[in-house]
Amino acid sequence: MHPILRLVLQRLGLGLLLLLAASALIFGLTEILPGDAAQAILGQSATPESLANLREEMGLNRPAFTRYVEWLGGIVTGDMGTALTNKLPIGEQVARRMSSTLFLAFWAAIISVPLAILLGLIAVRYQNRWPDKLISGITLASISLPEFMIAYILVFFFAVKLFWAPSFASVSPGMPLLDQLHAISLPVAVLTLVVLAHMMRMTRAAILNVMQSAYIETAELKGLTTFTVIRKHAFPNAIAPIVNVVMINLAYLVVGVVVVEVVFAYPGMGQYLVDAVVKRDVPVVLACGVIFAAVYIILNIVADVVSILANPRLRHPK
Amino acid sequence: MLKNIPLSAAIGLIITGTYFLAAIFAGVIAPYGMAEAVGDVWEPSSAEHWLGTDQIGRDLLTRMIYGGQTTIFIATAATILSFTTGAVLGFIAAVSGGWIDQLMSRLVDLFMSIPSLILALVILSSIEATVLTLIVIMGLLDSTRVYRLARAVAVDISVMDYVEAARLRGEKLAWIIFREILPNALSPLVAEMGLRFIFMVLFISTLSFLGIGVQPPLADWGGIVKENKEGINFGIGAALYPAVAIATLAISVNLIADWILNRTTSLKGGRG
Amino acid sequence: MTTPLLQVRGLKIGATVYPPGEKPHDIEIVHGVDFDLEAGKVLGLIGESGAGKSTIGLATMSYGRGGVELTGGTVKVNGRDVISASARDIRRLRGAEVTYVSQSAAASFNPAKRIMEQVIEAAVFQGKFSKSDAEQRARDLFAKLGLPDPNNIGNRYPHQVSGGQLQRCMTALALCPEPDLVVFDEPTTALDVTTQIDVLKAIKDAIRDTGVAALYITHDLAVVAQVSDHIMVLRMGEMVEYGTTDQIINAPKEEYTQALVSVRSITHEEKQPTEPVLRVENITARYKGTNFDVLHNVNVDLSPGQTLAVVGESGSGKSTLARVITGLLPPRDGTITFAGRTLTPDQPSRSLEDLRELQMIYQMADTAMNPRQTVGTIIGRPLEFYFGLKGAEKQNRIQELLDEIELGSGFQDRYPAELSGGQKQRVCIARALAAKPKLIICDEVTSALDPLVADGILKLLLNLQKIEDVAYLFITHDLATVRAIADSIAVMYQGRVQRYGTKSEVLTPPFDDYTDLLLSSVPEMKLGWLEDVIANRKMESAGN
Repeated sequence: MHPILRLVLQRLGLGLLLLLAASALIFGLTEILPGDAAQAILGQSATPESLANLREEMGLNRPAFTRYVEWLGGIVTGDMGTALTNKLPIGEQVARRMSSTLFLAFWAAIISVPLAILLGLIAVRYQNRWPDKLISGITLASISLPEFMIAYILVFFFAVKLFWAPSFASVSPGMPLLDQLHAISLPVAVLTLVVLAHMMRMTRAAILNVMQSAYIETAELKGLTTFTVIRKHAFPNAIAPIVNVVMINLAYLVVGVVVVEVVFAYPGMGQYLVDAVVKRDVPVVLACGVIFAAVYIILNIVADVVSILANPRLRHPK
Repeated sequence: MLKNIPLSAAIGLIITGTYFLAAIFAGVIAPYGMAEAVGDVWEPSSAEHWLGTDQIGRDLLTRMIYGGQTTIFIATAATILSFTTGAVLGFIAAVSGGWIDQLMSRLVDLFMSIPSLILALVILSSIEATVLTLIVIMGLLDSTRVYRLARAVAVDISVMDYVEAARLRGEKLAWIIFREILPNALSPLVAEMGLRFIFMVLFISTLSFLGIGVQPPLADWGGIVKENKEGINFGIGAALYPAVAIATLAISVNLIADWILNRTTSLKGGRG
Repeated sequence: MTTPLLQVRGLKIGATVYPPGEKPHDIEIVHGVDFDLEAGKVLGLIGESGAGKSTIGLATMSYGRGGVELTGGTVKVNGRDVISASARDIRRLRGAEVTYVSQSAAASFNPAKRIMEQVIEAAVFQGKFSKSDAEQRARDLFAKLGLPDPNNIGNRYPHQVSGGQLQRCMTALALCPEPDLVVFDEPTTALDVTTQIDVLKAIKDAIRDTGVAALYITHDLAVVAQVSDHIMVLRMGEMVEYGTTDQIINAPKEEYTQALVSVRSITHEEKQPTEPVLRVENITARYKGTNFDVLHNVNVDLSPGQTLAVVGESGSGKSTLARVITGLLPPRDGTITFAGRTLTPDQPSRSLEDLRELQMIYQMADTAMNPRQTVGTIIGRPLEFYFGLKGAEKQNRIQELLDEIELGSGFQDRYPAELSGGQKQRVCIARALAAKPKLIICDEVTSALDPLVADGILKLLLNLQKIEDVAYLFITHDLATVRAIADSIAVMYQGRVQRYGTKSEVLTPPFDDYTDLLLSSVPEMKLGWLEDVIANRKMESAGN
């Protein structure tokens, strides 16, 4: 077997293990903490007898491990149980909301990734000059604010003062694409701003790292034009770190999406999760939590695999 | 030490200092009572109410000062918890190595594989959010990051020749940790402490905004946004004041952290 | 007189430095240098670190590293000034008329591209050769430079060939476009001594066969003496002396040049072995988690007050031997007897007496001292720790030690960052002496220093040995150092002691093949040495 294939398989195996451990952690956290689903349904004033009855009925008295295995099996097959609060099947909700969230995240990614790479390149090109300083200043400002603050600042100016975009992102299935895009323009802008800062900063660092290598100097001393130096020598080596940066930041979008959906009352996974937490709807929290964690972990695995694949030392072993 | 302080760090120190003083003496300097309704709903700023009033007629400046107290207190306490736990465990892992290090590091990897906001939401779905539980949850979740840094820094230092020289001399573990490793690990750790503090401010504000952090009637910056967010749609900027407060605090702490880090490199640089 | 290929007049070079925590400011690093280089000739630029030699070399390509800028004077290549040239003309100069060979070929090759593609790139891009002609030329150069499998080696990636081979590929890269001038910037410094000699020979032959002119930059006068026609000695950005190689080596005029030429001319009367203070018997060792031994059955003795030089190339196991003796790496087998006592294998279980009497000095004085402690604390700690000295008594002893290492009294309160490289190493010596040891292990203690500074450290060590009667286990790859200070020598090769005895025994023929290779590979400050050595060798160097 080619060593690189073995490394990738190893990484994937480890990732699978991590996913399993993460799901156990999330399940375990709701287990060891005081209070359970029965308690949540009946409230603090419930009598011990009624609690015991409900626990029996819901199967909460069985060992935690059995319930974990059942729960995990359910998640994998799409049967995520029913919500405590409205008795609706969680799976259907997740499916619908997942596509809304992906729609939002997709557009945020489509805009922020090329923009971040472009701005990162500009920052490197004008290193230590004003464009670089301006970019890092904006970066500092935007990582110094929580996502929801950026959201309200944008709403205040663009929705309320200028009427450019709606302050609530209400999207319905039959809407034409352009209307949908208009509806989600502000949440997309917020998410873009949030990940842009990190992505730009990391892209800048990744490219600078490559540009300071001795082989770039060698290329310059061959009399190549700047463009050729970048195209033939910098780019092939910078692509892996940049893809890595992009993946890590897409993972970061996962967190941003939770808050942004709440601000714009957007019916996605994030809002579903936060609502469930407020209402203490543990089965929903568990399902959403594990899905968010899985997306995050998978994106990180992809980033790792890309780095392995792009390493010439691994690709062409001795 | 304070003689060569650059302008940016001085500004950072002054602003941060002001926020902390305002938080400590909130009861003295706040013009009105924290939960006291003193005016109409969303009054504009005036001589009596510098920042205007909030959604139920409380003085917004007063709310901001008390809110700052809660936010800064929780963030500070969580940072201290995160630091003591993370740094102590990180040092222990680095110095002892072997299976202790492996076990702790893999566990930390697991916790860090899930975004802390998601973990916090999961935990807060089955536990009451009080000031204490928030501090503990935030502090412990964040200690994983401090652990990684402390361990990395300590491992880097403990392979230096001067630490080996101390070992060869026959020095005890306490001397090695406190006299050889700690003085050299302090600056990066203190700088990181600033960054962790900012993260805590953002974290608690986010939780409160989502309604699962600090509970009313207690004020905090995230909560003020949540309470006044409806005003935004009427063009009332009350919810934006916390943004200004958080941003200025975060940036000034950042400036201090940068300065501390730079001082470290100038000492380590050697050839200056 | 015809115009020289390269004419440098009043060259001044400045740089912007960014000291952390301070305002950036400009400094001048080359203060007006003049020289000429005729077509087909080789000029050696020699000097210690900070002399500005690499900066001058790159200036011929109108290139400044980092914040370096050419601030004055002219540099004419083929009669045209490159400093005032347009960006376009500079591009046409680089890679066509002037090319460059760096110290680290490993870093200078793009890891993502095959060697051939990089070797022919400039020649094709500059329109000097078609792709197929350039490839043929590259293959010829590979063959000329003695690379194995010259027809196919170009298809490999840089990490797939050895360091010495890659350095030759870099030379091929520089020669491929048929330039008029090649700048060699310490091309053999990073290589092991037995590899260096082959690369040096390959470079020399290639220069001669292609008729190219070269600037050969190095800190090693013995190396440059083998390849250059003229030598220019530089110091702190100024020319000290310029002359033919013969004149510089055999009749240097300036005091500084004389010091450089006579460096390592320390002589030391060899002492005869007596009852040993250190006896290493049958030591076999391996690192944790590996399945091969890095030391095989090592036996050496060291007499009190004498010096045992352990010499070998990288990977020979010489530093591992030091770790075994200090107890940092317990051996799998064998015993170590020190001052009549058998040492326990692992350091933590050793007595305070054993620890005190066995001290160590490191290669990098920079990292051997805690940057947060003053010189006084660093030297004072062993006094306090081993002898319980306090107050005035301790201060007096610190002062004595500072005097012994020839540093003044002002040094007590300084931090390591405020010392020069040589001063740092002296403080480390004082720290070791403070313990009143019977044996000091010196691990490559002069390798990171400039030759003159290293010379000072060696003289100090020899002097201290007379006063304190301390034994040295001196680990080094540098045979000149060994000749200068050793009483007995152990030559190590692949984890084994290849040859062991008193200095005169070890250095007197007949030699085994490896010792012969190693001894003969050390550059001598003698014209024609390179050719003699290559003609008389018995064994191929390991780096091939």
